[in-house]
Amino acid sequence: MGDSGVALFFMTLLVSTLRKATPLILASLGGFFSEKSGVVNIALEGIMLFGAFVGAVVAQTTQNPWLGVLAAAGVGGAVAAIHATASIWFRANQIVSGLGVNLLAVGATIFLCEVYTGGQRSFMLSVSEKLPRWGPFLPLVYIALLMVPVVYLMVYRTRQGLRLRAVGEHPEAARTMGVDVQMTRFWAVVISGVLAGVAGSFLPFFAGSFAKNMTNGLGYIALGALIFGRWTPWGALAASLLFGSADALQEMLQGRGGVPSQFFQMVPYVLTMVALAGIVGRAIPPRALGIPLRKE
Amino acid sequence: MTEPSTTNPTALAVEMRRVTKQFPGVLANDCINLQVAYGEIHAIIGENGAGKSTLMSVLSGLLKADEGEVLLKGHPVRGRPHLVSRRGLGMVYQHFMLVPNFTVAENVILGNEPGDRVHLDLRAAEEAVRRLGQDYGLNLDPAARIEDLSVGEQQRVEILKVLYRGSDVIVLDEPTQVLTLQEKNELFETLRCLVRDGRTIIFITHHLEEVMALSDRVTVLRRGRVVASLAIQDTDIATLAQLMVGREIGPGEKRTGDVTGDVVLEVSDLTAVSERGLQALDGVSFGVRGGEILGLAGVEGNGQRELVETLTGLRIPSGGEIRIGDQSTHGWSPRQFLEAGVAVIPENRRVRGVVEPFTIAENLVLGRHWKRPFSKGWVLDLGAMEAEAKSLISDFGIVPPDPEILVRTLSGGNQQRVVVARELAKKPVVLIAAHPTRGLDIAGRQFAHSCLLRERSLGAAILLVSSDLEEILDLGDRIAVIFEGRITGILPREEASEGKLGLLMVGARR
Amino acid sequence: MKDLSIRRIVRELGQALLPLALALAVGAVIILAIGENPLTVFGLMLRGSFGSLRRLSGTLQEASPMIFTGVSVALAFRAGLFNIGAEGQLLIGGFAAAWAGFALTGLPGPLHVVFCVVAAAAAGLVWGLIPGILKARLGVHEVINTIMLNYVALSLTNFLVGHPYFKEPGQIPQTRDIAASSVLPRFEFLYAHAKVNAGLWVALAVMVAVGYLLARTRYGFEIKAVGYNPEASEAAGISKSRVIWTTMGLSGAIAGLAGAEQVLGVFRCFVSPFPFGYGFVGIAVALLARNNPLAVLPAALIFGALTSGAQEVDVHSGTPREITVVLQGIFVLFIACEFVLRRKRRVGETEGGPKAGGKGREEEGRGEDG
Repeated sequence: MGDSGVALFFMTLLVSTLRKATPLILASLGGFFSEKSGVVNIALEGIMLFGAFVGAVVAQTTQNPWLGVLAAAGVGGAVAAIHATASIWFRANQIVSGLGVNLLAVGATIFLCEVYTGGQRSFMLSVSEKLPRWGPFLPLVYIALLMVPVVYLMVYRTRQGLRLRAVGEHPEAARTMGVDVQMTRFWAVVISGVLAGVAGSFLPFFAGSFAKNMTNGLGYIALGALIFGRWTPWGALAASLLFGSADALQEMLQGRGGVPSQFFQMVPYVLTMVALAGIVGRAIPPRALGIPLRKE
Repeated sequence: MTEPSTTNPTALAVEMRRVTKQFPGVLANDCINLQVAYGEIHAIIGENGAGKSTLMSVLSGLLKADEGEVLLKGHPVRGRPHLVSRRGLGMVYQHFMLVPNFTVAENVILGNEPGDRVHLDLRAAEEAVRRLGQDYGLNLDPAARIEDLSVGEQQRVEILKVLYRGSDVIVLDEPTQVLTLQEKNELFETLRCLVRDGRTIIFITHHLEEVMALSDRVTVLRRGRVVASLAIQDTDIATLAQLMVGREIGPGEKRTGDVTGDVVLEVSDLTAVSERGLQALDGVSFGVRGGEILGLAGVEGNGQRELVETLTGLRIPSGGEIRIGDQSTHGWSPRQFLEAGVAVIPENRRVRGVVEPFTIAENLVLGRHWKRPFSKGWVLDLGAMEAEAKSLISDFGIVPPDPEILVRTLSGGNQQRVVVARELAKKPVVLIAAHPTRGLDIAGRQFAHSCLLRERSLGAAILLVSSDLEEILDLGDRIAVIFEGRITGILPREEASEGKLGLLMVGARR
Repeated sequence: MKDLSIRRIVRELGQALLPLALALAVGAVIILAIGENPLTVFGLMLRGSFGSLRRLSGTLQEASPMIFTGVSVALAFRAGLFNIGAEGQLLIGGFAAAWAGFALTGLPGPLHVVFCVVAAAAAGLVWGLIPGILKARLGVHEVINTIMLNYVALSLTNFLVGHPYFKEPGQIPQTRDIAASSVLPRFEFLYAHAKVNAGLWVALAVMVAVGYLLARTRYGFEIKAVGYNPEASEAAGISKSRVIWTTMGLSGAIAGLAGAEQVLGVFRCFVSPFPFGYGFVGIAVALLARNNPLAVLPAALIFGALTSGAQEVDVHSGTPREITVVLQGIFVLFIACEFVLRRKRRVGETEGGPKAGGKGREEEGRGEDG
């Protein structure tokens, strides 16, 4: 490779990384909302899948991609509300509830896809060409990047954000200060779902089609990005870019020999475990993560 | 719109009428009447389990009284913490309600933030907190993080929170428990300043000298009831102590016979560190002979819990030595302590004592389950477990007498009987009893005492940790006092009096 | 035992079956919404799963791996651990079985099978020990780690399947076929080429063994004690960390056996992609069985029937077969809520860290003693 070849390689890598990272950024920001409020959200995976499907169907039907994104946001919020209701008011085990959502998402999206297409488990998205391109990217990429400071400001610079963080760290203290712990958590999880739903809707636009189970663990990677980013929005952004670059490299190097692509696929998962184990500086979750409020 | 209460012409800051609150198995508050006038410092004293904290939770609206009426400035309180706080009641909890990674200012304004509906004006918050602090001499950096503050400073944040909300009736639950002497004096100064400013203070404690030093009036609770409510000039420490401890229990069993055994448990220069990284034990030394009860008196939180944990292998000492018989216990696991004959009646039976979803039989063999006859190799002998359970159930009068009943369903007293039965069945060489009668009724208390005395006559070396002086004086052959992780004195029973022990308990060295 | 009164059985059954009934009800609404008749669909499901010897055999075959993963998850729950990693442990175990199946030749039949099964268990054990040791030594919560390890296992086996040493020459991504001596025989006595294989016996044996372990052994006693109350267990001289890592390892080993069953009994090689989902369904099975190992059998049969009956639904109605996965998801959601509704609240109880595995605490699980 000459100099220009190297430059081209890195340009391609950069562009590809940003594309791959886009859904991760949004979904991990979603996870940030939920987990900051103390609700574990492994349902991100399922919510993204719902978002992908509904976004694709609505965009295809209305021939308007933006309506698709909007619908994905709505369905994401609605599905998250199920998880929130179970975990907050029915004091469900948040992991079990999240798994339920994920299982439901796998089944329901295929089920509905077959109903929608009359028996197919995937469909092409003719509408994706209608999306404008701003420079090398779809607008979605910029939206995701813009959301990072927006989320940061929401959580660290508003009253509701202060309450959200208090509820995730010390719900009893927040409650004695007159904060409605349960409603705060509920809305945090719903916002989390909106972001994850939008994140999911990007997948069919990038791919040009919807296919069954197309998230394929992306929601868990987003959760990993949140953990690896130490439960901060900027950290989640950095981790999403890192994980995105692993994925981009994997694709670019496929079939070229050298490191097998599967090892790049493992990178996000392994790094997340390393971060949790505290081998390089320990990631500290919100203190009340996963603990329902006890009222007595 | 405060209309004067028709039934209460003198307009009290707080009034409780016949308040009763029951928990499963415990009558925490029994027909309590309480009157707190505006502008006074009102102390509420009582032993642990006397019902002080429950009463305050009822006042703050966190708990709802089963019966009776609570009036705050003439307005009824009905289980709505939110409204109660808006009416001007501020609580400073024993366990601080602070978000550890928030700043002082963030904690103070939480739930009541300045600025418009959306924007969080932290600078205004910090300014408000700084000004408030200056007004009351509570100097704190508003931008400091809670986790970097000392306990005393954290308490000041709690008081600032209350002041920020404009509370004029302020309840402090055991506020001095965790403070140093210096911090304690500063706190008292602040409280006096608040009262001068027209606020009312309710102050919960079991330290009598604090009551005498600070309060205008004192209400004494014992086992859920008000036994007296006095103006401070009409009383003295001795009277209050007697009221608090009470003497209505009939004469329990007493010790008989002299101690002749060898030293079995020997602790020398033991040090240990608490979870917070503070020095919890600071050179503790004592010995207990076989057939002897050593009572360990002291205000709670002076290292007793850490001492019990190190003596059972649950906490690794940072220095010093524990010897059992002629063995050094250095590096021992909890299991090795167990095998060496150390039994423990733990402080919190639901946490360390019983496995609630297990049956009585399973709980009775827990900790011996790997031994014959309960295990043969890898396999449990359920028959042997049941036989053992039946005999212990009848020996210790556990009700209901059914080995297959889940311990979760038992009353507190019977759960304690299960723990005591199990520990004594180990035929311990060393028995450590931490607050063995806490939360028990009179019958349960006498039962536990007679069990301890029986073990004593069987030759066990017994360490009795208790904050109940009466219990310690009744049972102890010698009495040691612990204060801030150090033993401030060890007296033979004959030389010990409540007065002497009281001095040692606040750190006067002998 | 007295604890096993009729009332108690009825209560336990009710608590397990109510979420199932609710899930079916929601499912019925969904079926109605797409213009189909729920009764017809459920009828087809029943016929498709139990309607003939062939269909029954298919149900048993679907249930076999679910018994393994259900027991695996239930065992971990009893120690207060949440093993979401059965999926990955199954993959690794299956791959190990395939490797042992084609690489070792010349062994007599039964011995070769045993060897393959042990290899699968050992591989699953290792995959379970990783989160187990991380939890026991560093206190890292097992939930995220087991999820991540599922995907690591997926990538790892995908890579290995493509490696020339393992790969069957040709286009299909799968390992070489295992030797005939390592094949778990199918139930040919039912009818020729019956689907269900001798792995079912192994599953039942493991299930009974784990039931016995929990009910009658010292180790099982310690597992339950740690699951219910780790603090009291430590005070009673039980090593909490040892129970945690050994139980997680054992749970992984059992999930690994599910992989062996699939490889030795069904595919006779490791295929890529390997059947996905038995690990997650194992969680639903364990929840339905209320973590009682012996109740895993009926629970696995129910979920097995759902899956095998789906075929019939697909062919004979306009309802897509994925209705069964939808039902599973709704069921898990309901059972998550349900178990908290009956939980006794306690005054003044202190909570430790996130207790995702707290499920185990709700269980008395002495049913197997009867």
